[in-house]
Amino acid sequence: MADLTSNFIGIQSPNPFWLASAPPTDKAYNVVRAFEAGWGGVVWKTLGEDGPPLVNVNGPRYGAWHSGDRRVMGFNNIELITDRPLDLNIREITQVKKDWPDRAMVVSLMVPCEEGAWKEILHKIEDTGADGIELNFGCPHGMSERGMGAAVGQVPEYVEMVTRWCKQYSKMPVIVKLTPNISDIRQSARAAHRGGADAVSMINTINSIISVDLDTFSINPSTGGKGTHGGYCGPAVKPIALNMVAEVARDEQTQGLPISGIGGITTWRDAVDFIALGAGNVQVCTAAMTYGFKVVDDMIAGLSDFMDSKGIQSVDEIVGKAVKQVTDWKYLDLNTIVKAEINQDSCIQCGRCHVVCEDTSHQAISQMKEGQRYFEVLDEECVGCNLCVSVCPVENCITLRELSIGEADARTGRTVSGEYANWTTHENNTMRVS
Amino acid sequence: MSQIQPTVDIQTARLNADEYMKNFSDMHPPLGATAALVEADRCYFCYDAPCTKSCPTGIDVAGFIRMISTENNIGAARLILEENILGGSCARVCPTETLCEQACVRNDQDHRPVSIGLLQRHAVDAAMAADKQFFEREPDTGKRVAIVGAGPASLSCAHGLARNGHSVTILEARDKSGGLNEYGLAAYKMLDDFASREIKYILAIGNIDIQYGQRLGVDFDLASLQSDYDAVFLGIGLGSVNNLGLENEDATGVINAVDYIAQLRQSNKLADLPVGKRVVVIGGGMTAIDMATQIRLLGADEVTLVYRRAKEAMNASEDEQEFTQVKGVTIRYNAKPRRIQTNEGQVFGIEFESTRNDASGRLEGTGETFSLPADMIFKAIGQVFETPSNCKFELDKGRIQVDEHRKTSVAGVWAGGDAVCDGEDLTVAAAQDGKLAARSINQYLGH
Repeated sequence: MADLTSNFIGIQSPNPFWLASAPPTDKAYNVVRAFEAGWGGVVWKTLGEDGPPLVNVNGPRYGAWHSGDRRVMGFNNIELITDRPLDLNIREITQVKKDWPDRAMVVSLMVPCEEGAWKEILHKIEDTGADGIELNFGCPHGMSERGMGAAVGQVPEYVEMVTRWCKQYSKMPVIVKLTPNISDIRQSARAAHRGGADAVSMINTINSIISVDLDTFSINPSTGGKGTHGGYCGPAVKPIALNMVAEVARDEQTQGLPISGIGGITTWRDAVDFIALGAGNVQVCTAAMTYGFKVVDDMIAGLSDFMDSKGIQSVDEIVGKAVKQVTDWKYLDLNTIVKAEINQDSCIQCGRCHVVCEDTSHQAISQMKEGQRYFEVLDEECVGCNLCVSVCPVENCITLRELSIGEADARTGRTVSGEYANWTTHENNTMRVS
Repeated sequence: MSQIQPTVDIQTARLNADEYMKNFSDMHPPLGATAALVEADRCYFCYDAPCTKSCPTGIDVAGFIRMISTENNIGAARLILEENILGGSCARVCPTETLCEQACVRNDQDHRPVSIGLLQRHAVDAAMAADKQFFEREPDTGKRVAIVGAGPASLSCAHGLARNGHSVTILEARDKSGGLNEYGLAAYKMLDDFASREIKYILAIGNIDIQYGQRLGVDFDLASLQSDYDAVFLGIGLGSVNNLGLENEDATGVINAVDYIAQLRQSNKLADLPVGKRVVVIGGGMTAIDMATQIRLLGADEVTLVYRRAKEAMNASEDEQEFTQVKGVTIRYNAKPRRIQTNEGQVFGIEFESTRNDASGRLEGTGETFSLPADMIFKAIGQVFETPSNCKFELDKGRIQVDEHRKTSVAGVWAGGDAVCDGEDLTVAAAQDGKLAARSINQYLGH
């Protein structure tokens, strides 16, 4: 049996699946249920400074984009940080950590960008026995209007400054949660790194509007006829999150900075994607909010079975395994030639490969043979773009075949040399290096 | 061989009210809103979709299913009705398993086609429930067309002509429109008086007048129509029923299936229908299946459907055969009726001879016989076209010969539905006949 125990920046948990700071981790009742269900750890829903608790809207907080069969593909929310008194949260965190010592207990924090405010809350958290803190620099709605959350995360200097305060006034490991609502995630990660962060977690939610109600022309969800952008998450954001994780994992300045992966993780496969691209563990919210805490069973079993099947002993062996395979476009080998191939035995003749290639690509799939419906790739036109593979409803019916050395590309007439050559040295590149 | 006892057991009210309700509920219950979305999502929106090519009326199946998937049921219905104004009844009665659904590429992937019939029904029902009409009459042309018969072919033709601005008069022999949609087919395929609701929806286009009790060759003749109208369409169906050619065929208890089904379809109270305890149905088409299934659902104890050829030769699709068997009907293949057994003018049994194909493929008796007790025997061995008196058309295989525009050999006269030679005896084929004839007539009338 594979060993799923996780040691993320010194924080131990029985598995790498944590619940992200969000509604599921708002109070002891939920967190205890999560631990009973088997979650490895939680990041307690963001606490703010002491004082009158903030208030949430009394209208809808969540919106969803569904697939045709009502699966939640994307999800957004406009809930703020905790609306419960600080001391109540502190008491519960203390008790839960005491009762569940083997689970990771990280506390998310968001207070105004003032040194004193951070100093004050850090001491209170330290007394709870929590394993670490996560700085919420990502919340894109509501709090950002008050100069917190994403409003901090979007300014690298602020990220660095607050991170430094936290490291200065606390012994706890500091995870900086990054907002994706920026143009270059590396800038935020570098700032956190400069400030001394033990890790970054990413991504927070993305500014979003779910849809428009076509009867009332207000947006969904709306409160009293008006809506505001909410934070987008769920399966739809996963590819965006993966790219950001990979960008930070392979950036020269942040290489080696531990990453807690977040963004649409629904299954163990999603988790492996994040871990392979550099995440040391993962955090989940939408999957739990869609299916309940029991989804962790499949994540744990699936990861364990996957590792067994690959002969992998520990999760750490997977961390970053795919990072080296991520590169810039300019370094892609232009001498690798692929052609699509249709397996006629599994082809069901829907013709979608043909029509999309014909309408939108390279006219490289014919649709008739001897008067019969028949779909075939024309090597002399095929550029190997993968569109047909992507739209084919039958898995592995269309595949890409890499031409071997010595084989001629029917489209260009050129023979595959096997030599690596990229854009940086290409003859058509006026800026080429010799 | 044991002697069959000539005891006859024919009764009404064999079931209680709940059982009738259950037995004659929808054969394929309609899809709910979510189920329709999920099913529509299964459609691959194929290029040059095979389902469309397999629809006799050429409905853009992938197109309308895509609209359902975007919750545009009204748009979907418009696309369906544009090609087939009887899309609602076709969705219910088409043997989709041998038409569009047989062509669905999903068959090759997971052996379950997209439920095209149910989706079509979902869309058309939505439009009818909203009383949404899609077509408007063009300005009045002053041209008048007579249509004989008010079945599916005629209604399709009438709607097309009315759209083009012509005035249509339908002359129907019975006292209701709809043809076999109203008088034939199994009751569980056309619930809630759908046939007449659909006709009302079709007639809403306006300028279609229906006169009942008007039988061609009896109440009027073709010549008068030719002189009184600018064009004529004949959708007169098949006039008579094939006989077994056996002695005692006129005995009490030997019944034409089409007559019994018509009675059933018009019945307000199924408990009033006479039902034998042991019933034999002879035939191999849809009428035979519908008859056997329905008499079984009316409470008959033993229903045997006897077909003279092998299973593969049966006109009724495999799905239909399976359906009737699931409902408790026994199918016996390769047996032909030889002797109707009667006692004082009342049938009590029937003797069959087993058959096989000889070396040349011709059906022959084996000499082996068996008897089945029967309180009722239903004949469903096909109908034949009967030329109305004073009509002279070229016939082809015993039915009216028409060209690809559904034009007969007689100038100014078109025909369609079961009365024409290439008819597949399907509602959907009749709808297509009517549509094509209307186009051709419209052209003939100079529009």
